[in-house]
Amino acid sequence: MSAEAVVADQGHAADDHGHDEHATTTGLSHTKLAMWVFLGSECLLFGGLISTYLLYKTRGNGRTLPTDVFDIPFTSVSSFVLLMSSLTMVLALSAVSRGEDDAGRTWLLATALLGGVFIGGQVYEFTSFVREGVAFTTNPASSAFFTLTGFHGVHVSLGIVMLMSLYVASVKGKLTQRNAETVEIVGLYWHFVDIVWIFIFTVIYLIPAD
Amino acid sequence: MAITEKTPLELGPGDTARYAERPLGVFTRPQGGRGWRDWLSTVDHKRIGILYGASAMFFFLVGGVEALLIRLQLAAPEGSVLSADVYNQVYTMHGVTMVFLFIMPLAAAFANYFIPLQIGARDVAFPRLNALSYWIWLSGAIFLNTSWIVGGGGADCGWFCYSTNSGVAFSPSHGVDFYAIGLQILGIASLVSSINLIVTCLNMRAPGMTLMRMPVLTWMLLITQFLLLFALPVITVALFLLMFDRLFDAQFFNPDAGADPLLWQHLFWIFGHPEVYIIILPAFGVVSEIIPTFSRKPLFGYEFMVFSGIAIGFMGWGVWAHHMFVSGIGPISVAAFSLSTMFIAVPTGVKVLNWLATMWAGKLRFTVAMKFAVATVAMFTIGGLSGVTHSVAPADTQQTDTYYIVAHFHYVIFGGGVLGLFAGLYFWWPKVWGHFLNERLGNWNFWIMLVGFNLTFGPMHILGLQGMSRRIDTYARGYGFEFWNMAATVGSLLLAVSVMVFIWNVVKSKRDAPHLPPPGPDPWDARSLEWSIPSPVPTHNFDTVPVVHSRDEWWHTKYAEDDDGRVVRVATVEEAAQTGEATGVHLPSPSFWPLAVAVGLPLIGYGLIFNLWLALIGALVTIGSLYSWALEPVDDPDAAHDHHEEDQEAQEADDDGDEP
Repeated sequence: MSAEAVVADQGHAADDHGHDEHATTTGLSHTKLAMWVFLGSECLLFGGLISTYLLYKTRGNGRTLPTDVFDIPFTSVSSFVLLMSSLTMVLALSAVSRGEDDAGRTWLLATALLGGVFIGGQVYEFTSFVREGVAFTTNPASSAFFTLTGFHGVHVSLGIVMLMSLYVASVKGKLTQRNAETVEIVGLYWHFVDIVWIFIFTVIYLIPAD
Repeated sequence: MAITEKTPLELGPGDTARYAERPLGVFTRPQGGRGWRDWLSTVDHKRIGILYGASAMFFFLVGGVEALLIRLQLAAPEGSVLSADVYNQVYTMHGVTMVFLFIMPLAAAFANYFIPLQIGARDVAFPRLNALSYWIWLSGAIFLNTSWIVGGGGADCGWFCYSTNSGVAFSPSHGVDFYAIGLQILGIASLVSSINLIVTCLNMRAPGMTLMRMPVLTWMLLITQFLLLFALPVITVALFLLMFDRLFDAQFFNPDAGADPLLWQHLFWIFGHPEVYIIILPAFGVVSEIIPTFSRKPLFGYEFMVFSGIAIGFMGWGVWAHHMFVSGIGPISVAAFSLSTMFIAVPTGVKVLNWLATMWAGKLRFTVAMKFAVATVAMFTIGGLSGVTHSVAPADTQQTDTYYIVAHFHYVIFGGGVLGLFAGLYFWWPKVWGHFLNERLGNWNFWIMLVGFNLTFGPMHILGLQGMSRRIDTYARGYGFEFWNMAATVGSLLLAVSVMVFIWNVVKSKRDAPHLPPPGPDPWDARSLEWSIPSPVPTHNFDTVPVVHSRDEWWHTKYAEDDDGRVVRVATVEEAAQTGEATGVHLPSPSFWPLAVAVGLPLIGYGLIFNLWLALIGALVTIGSLYSWALEPVDDPDAAHDHHEEDQEAQEADDDGDEP
């Protein structure tokens, strides 16, 4: 589902509440609550994919396993880059909520850029794996590896699209201190995708297969 | 922005819809109205509920025809109505249609229509996302069924589509591709809807409507939405893997390459067992509203009902492998899942006993709705009891893949789910349409359905214990299967008659309605907030948002206890009910974009199967529509509306301050 769609419906927080002095029953805006609920669902999506990989990680069908071709130092660097993007995301939110739109735009762009570097690293990693004989259809282990990490990559890419949408909105003057919560909600998604990567990096790359 | 016009947003009958020119986007922004185009752009939760309900009933007929074909084929030994291949497709599509295209959307109809009304809200949290859910669901349903035409037949792997049957080797037509992609599209619809309704339940309750004052229907629907939220991603993963296997040569389900067919079974049933509760809990909620109303007593043990519902929701995640006792999962797993399956009968039993205790010493009125509700309890109990027999693994080993299983889950899903939702249709029909369903025809509908149901599925217990396998396309003479199969076929024809009676009842009741007195806001002397507003429900739901002081708020508005503890009437319905005459209530503006987003998804599906360029076009339609949606203001600045409350107006101006 699209974060834009969620964000766009945000205005309804206040429309239906009647006499209550709080806009909503819980005090959280609808959109923020919806994002939390959605991320709960995402946990099971990645849970299913990670389980699939763990089941299949040693099933090579006599051919090269993903674990044989991992380049841990390289992936460590790109993981570091992705984690730093969470820092810049926080700085972006902080800047926008203080009304410093220029700084906000800079940090949004920096976050998207770091995410882009991560995706670039993933593309490089995938192509070098294929060159070393681990392609999508090689064996169950490789199918599971590419599906899991590819799925995560798609999530990061969607996050970049959201960040760039925020950037454009900010340039057009539509993203101001008042709707800093939109940045916060995109941030929730972004941090979630980062946390999932911490799991994937630890469970898939760092714990050896034996 | 211009909010100075004083015309109300809702139009009276006879007025035509007015369309404001929008400089942005392809479509002009629709406003309120009653033409068919307004159904395409509606964001009103009540209309979306009606759309869900009507579409679900249509697919009930489709799935029903498939069921009749199955029964005709099996009526006598060596049946030749269907070939073995077509038979496989028909029973698969019967299961998929009834689960995903009938019961789930019919429950979604109740959820959409009644959650906001029962918690005292004017709409759901995200009205446009609500429309999106429906249109995506419909596009997925149509996509799934087009496999009959363009996919070389329906899926033929059974509704749980076990690997390796689902592979290209054993299922070479495109049916399984349509299954895998179609269910993913339906999953997106349910996911969006579940997020929306969870936020609605948690965040939009009227003042005083604490969680433990929510009507049980809303509670059960809320639990159902949580089950959907967490179960759908799991089957999405499974379907994703299946799709990659079939279309892009991945190795997830290829045993020759070392893959494990059990992976599919686990992923499917981790979704599949919560799915059973996704089907049954809404019916439990409906029954929990109807039985107190027609017993003139509050629901016995409200807290127990709520917490046993929550307990079912939790425990439903720990029983999935009882579907796999013969799959070779090992003795420890079998023992653990046997125990958990026995335990989950406890909260279900609590519910049954509480319904009975609610009726105990009540002033019972056996309307058609009440008959359906009581039948639901009775039939579900039979299904529940045969379900507990499956927790005994040795017995289950004997029964697996026999008609005993078919009998069991039809008693649960038809006897519990379908009868329960029919009870709901008879109960809330006057609230939705402003006229009753005919009680006399309703009685015919009820009794024919009850007899037909038992005659269809009761004998299957016997057939199964005699050893008749499910999913065989025919059977030889001399095994003793003839009599009970013929009985089941006669029963299925009775079921078809009962559905025809229902449809005739819908038509006749509408035709007779002008000559009959209107039901008024509260025809059944009921208990929850939706009965405090006119029937049919005005577009804006509540004139003023109600303030809730107790459980069964509407009942306590009408009745109080005197000094001797007797119930006395303190207000008539006419005095207490809202008139629905408020004007100028601010409502969310309709939009065409949800429909446009949904149109792109089946195109992506066809594209993945036939030609990736088509998928690209579909993706462009969907993404473009999403952006147009995001850029479209939530509230049309040109829509005419005004405000009752100062604070709302201030908030509104605040919200729209950044619009161009």
